[in-house]
Amino acid sequence: MKEPIHITGAPSAGPGLDELLVRVARGDQQAFSRVYDAVCGPVLGVVRGVLRDPAQSEEVAQEVLVELWRTAARYQPSRGSALTWTLTLAHRRAVDRVRSAQAAVEREQKAARLSGTPAFDDVVEQVEARLEREQVRRCLRTLTELQRQSVTLAYYRGLAYREVAELLAVPLGTVKTRMRDGLIRLRDCLGVNA
Amino acid sequence: MSAAKGAGRDAELHTLTGAYALNALGDRERARFERHLAMCPACEQEVRELGATAVRLGLAATETPPSAMKSQVLAMISTVRQEPPKVAAAEAGRIPGPVRRARPAGRRRLSGFVLAACAAGLAALGGVAVVQQRAAEEARTEAREAAELAQRRTQALADVLTAPDVRTLSTALGEGATGTVAVSRERDRAVFLASGLPRPAGGKVYQLWFADGDTMRPAGLLTSTGGSEALLMDGAVGLATGMGITVEPSGGSPAPTSEPLGLLGFPAG
Repeated sequence: MKEPIHITGAPSAGPGLDELLVRVARGDQQAFSRVYDAVCGPVLGVVRGVLRDPAQSEEVAQEVLVELWRTAARYQPSRGSALTWTLTLAHRRAVDRVRSAQAAVEREQKAARLSGTPAFDDVVEQVEARLEREQVRRCLRTLTELQRQSVTLAYYRGLAYREVAELLAVPLGTVKTRMRDGLIRLRDCLGVNA
Repeated sequence: MSAAKGAGRDAELHTLTGAYALNALGDRERARFERHLAMCPACEQEVRELGATAVRLGLAATETPPSAMKSQVLAMISTVRQEPPKVAAAEAGRIPGPVRRARPAGRRRLSGFVLAACAAGLAALGGVAVVQQRAAEEARTEAREAAELAQRRTQALADVLTAPDVRTLSTALGEGATGTVAVSRERDRAVFLASGLPRPAGGKVYQLWFADGDTMRPAGLLTSTGGSEALLMDGAVGLATGMGITVEPSGGSPAPTSEPLGLLGFPAG
């Protein structure tokens, strides 16, 4: 199995990924194969973080990769890196899946989720244990507890900010601002330029 | 509305950049925020930066995908049509986006790959997703009502194929054609998958039936083109003990008028 080494080292998308995606939009299957090698691991990681279930995660990751192929023409390099575009799509699809499943069994799930404080601690711990990148882990530690929980519950668990507020028993406005200032602190710590 | 109140609302919207970048807004709020974003360059820049920051969280969770996944995805994309670039279409003065004739609601052609996957125990659910996705893309260009109906039926089709209690049975339909039925008692629906069924002779159609004991109940028409197709059977499974397929005059019949090409008994619910 090829490791996606060319993107894990730097905040930029690694040489050529943006250009490769532009070629994918022209129907270049070979370019798609290389894009696949570069993004599949992160896509699966993002989706799995939200969905947890391995089989369902693979299914959604496959959907995302096929959608990448289908809608590559929408990607505009001037508006951000191909990697950002791809992982944003992956996260959104994973969250869509969670929320549509949720709509079906809204009450049960909500009850289960809200009753499960230990489960949620567990999730955050597991997710953090899985973080492969020392830098992200280190920077997450620079956040306040509330910032960190707000950001990680939304991103890694796919919760809406209203749900995060309910889970952490804090006002909506507080969660909104914690998500924002938490991300700003992370951005500065990680040195993200966009 | 006072100016101060308007400015206050803007400031409140501005604090949503983080939640937006984390994809933590509901649909309505997201739409509202996106309208604001279009008029707020400072917000746009912040969203871009925070979005790129969120991506770092994603990268940190990178996992090694199973090796079989790549060949599956590459097989899938070979059956998926790409969207044309919007700008190029506008420049060329063409109508953007594909405009296609509406197909009968609920009937979608499946690739051989997907069908094989379905018949092999419905393992490749990704394939169903592709069908769903293609269905969604086509529906956009159809009339809204037709699209919604198609969407519901495609969703229902996928729901049957992915139901936990789904059971599948296959039978030869002669001349190398195969019929497979996927039935979910829990969803109370069934999907018929046909492969290699030749186009019926002049003006005829294939008709599906639910067998309620000795009585055959109409369950939809199938105009095969010789390829692979999936059809959500009309109506609930109910107490049906099996299903059948016959050749009928165009438009179908209230009761079978010919010997069945194939009959499949359902496993006891």
